[in-house]
Amino acid sequence: MLSDSDLTALIITLKLAAISTLILLLIGTPIAWWLARSRWRFKFIFEAIVALPLVLPPTVLGFYLLITLGPHGPIGGLINWLGGNSLAFTFTGLVIGSVFYSMPFVVQPLQNAFTTIGNRPLEVAATLRASPLDCFFTVVVPLARSGFLTAAVLGFAHTVGEFGVVLMIGGNIPGETQVLSIAIYDHVEALEYGQAHLLSGGLLILSFLMLTSIYAVNRRFKVV
Amino acid sequence: MTIQARFKVAWPDFDLDIDLNIPARGITAIFGPSGCGKTTLLRKIAGLDYCEQGYLKIGDMLWQEGKYFVPTHQRALAYVFQEASLFSHLSIRGNLEYGIKRIPQSEHKVSIDKAIELLGIGHLLERKPEQLSGGERQRVAIARALAVSPKILLMDEPLSALDHSRKQEIMPYLESLHAELDIPVLYVSHSPDEVARLADHLVLLEHGKVRASGPITEMLTHLDLPLAHGDNAGALVQANISGHDEKYDLTYLDFSGGRITVAGNDLPIEHPVRLRIAARDVSLTLEQQTGTSILNIFPVVVAELTPEGTAQMMVRVQAGDVSLLSRVTRKSAAVLDLNPGKSLYAQVKSVALLS
Repeated sequence: MLSDSDLTALIITLKLAAISTLILLLIGTPIAWWLARSRWRFKFIFEAIVALPLVLPPTVLGFYLLITLGPHGPIGGLINWLGGNSLAFTFTGLVIGSVFYSMPFVVQPLQNAFTTIGNRPLEVAATLRASPLDCFFTVVVPLARSGFLTAAVLGFAHTVGEFGVVLMIGGNIPGETQVLSIAIYDHVEALEYGQAHLLSGGLLILSFLMLTSIYAVNRRFKVV
Repeated sequence: MTIQARFKVAWPDFDLDIDLNIPARGITAIFGPSGCGKTTLLRKIAGLDYCEQGYLKIGDMLWQEGKYFVPTHQRALAYVFQEASLFSHLSIRGNLEYGIKRIPQSEHKVSIDKAIELLGIGHLLERKPEQLSGGERQRVAIARALAVSPKILLMDEPLSALDHSRKQEIMPYLESLHAELDIPVLYVSHSPDEVARLADHLVLLEHGKVRASGPITEMLTHLDLPLAHGDNAGALVQANISGHDEKYDLTYLDFSGGRITVAGNDLPIEHPVRLRIAARDVSLTLEQQTGTSILNIFPVVVAELTPEGTAQMMVRVQAGDVSLLSRVTRKSAAVLDLNPGKSLYAQVKSVALLS
């Protein structure tokens, strides 16, 4: 069965994925809304920035985050100066890394869902006295619910599966920043194939179940 | 109460330059060919499109003046789109209640029950929009609009997405709105039939400008307007039921120019009806004919006439204070010596009862 350290890694992984997904939904929704609605001619630049993690090696993203958040980086330095600890090699650092890394997996399904809804329901709501915010929560969110589901599941699953970013920014501190994917790597290095099988198989089944659930709920779903 | 609207927008391929001052009562049709700016105008009145140079005042409600712009959701209006555009995540009841929940109690003038009854949708309330036919959906959309007790109802070709029989299904409901509710309606249409049946007032748009505006009966018979020409030209007559002839199953209608006889119906005496008399069904004679099968013959005076194509003339005649159109050949016009002021008789071959 799972060793204590593997169990800890599992809990950290799930906690990381849950917190990251929550944050991603909170900041990804307005970003996706803006990308779907804005007619600004240069918005494609922001679309490209959001999509960067899709093509960038995770180690690149992790490297720059490490530089930025580390004690001598602009953000890490500022936190140091304020008397806090640098975010590199901490759980908070992992969350920040995951949010960047999984951003496109949350923003793009939401943006698609918002675009699909189109203008008309918003106009109807306005003629029925709904303010823009009222309309967003009573019309847009219910109409985009499959987009939200897709975004949440993809964001969660993708965070569970990340490796490079986590390794760069989190290190591999058991009980703090050691997640499942890294634990598997450690097991393989130590030739503990039984443990590696257990964790790998578990992740495989979990990922498969999550994806089948969204494909089943939303048949129009397209990955990216 | 009046509607004052001024909008000016220039696009590379189209200019909208509207200056309107029309009564805010009854149904005003905004009529014109496709691409003349009808829908654009209606959207600006609703505040759905912002227009920098605009002025809009409806009754005592100022909705736009230069930079001052009341957003759509704060305007006491309702809008019916071409497609019903019901909220697919809500039931029919949920759709109907969406707007009424958002207006203060003191503004509730049209109850949901009244709207449901007027549009005959009581049996659909628990269904979802996708379970309804196109005609039913549009009736729900109209009821949903009425349920916010608007000070003005804007309708953008609400029948154009429907086939002929669906149109016929909804038309009576639209006519009943007119009779039952005191809400001014702006009705965008490119269909002369809808306009003739529904409108009291007509605004004729051409290339983004108001070509003419006035009471529907005048607009249909003004010879310098396009509506008074072509095969479908005709006059509207407002009349009241004055009696029924049981023996021959006929109904008599009185208007200021005389009495019209039509096939029998069971409308009550004094009931107002709207009649359409096509120009091609009206012939002119110098003396009152006897020994003719035509029942509807009125003394008229020629008001004006213009050529219609190369062989025909369109003649506007006055019967009482009602204008009728008559299409005659140019030869007949010469033989009868038709000139403004000439008295003669109009023989009406056929009359269509619109409501």
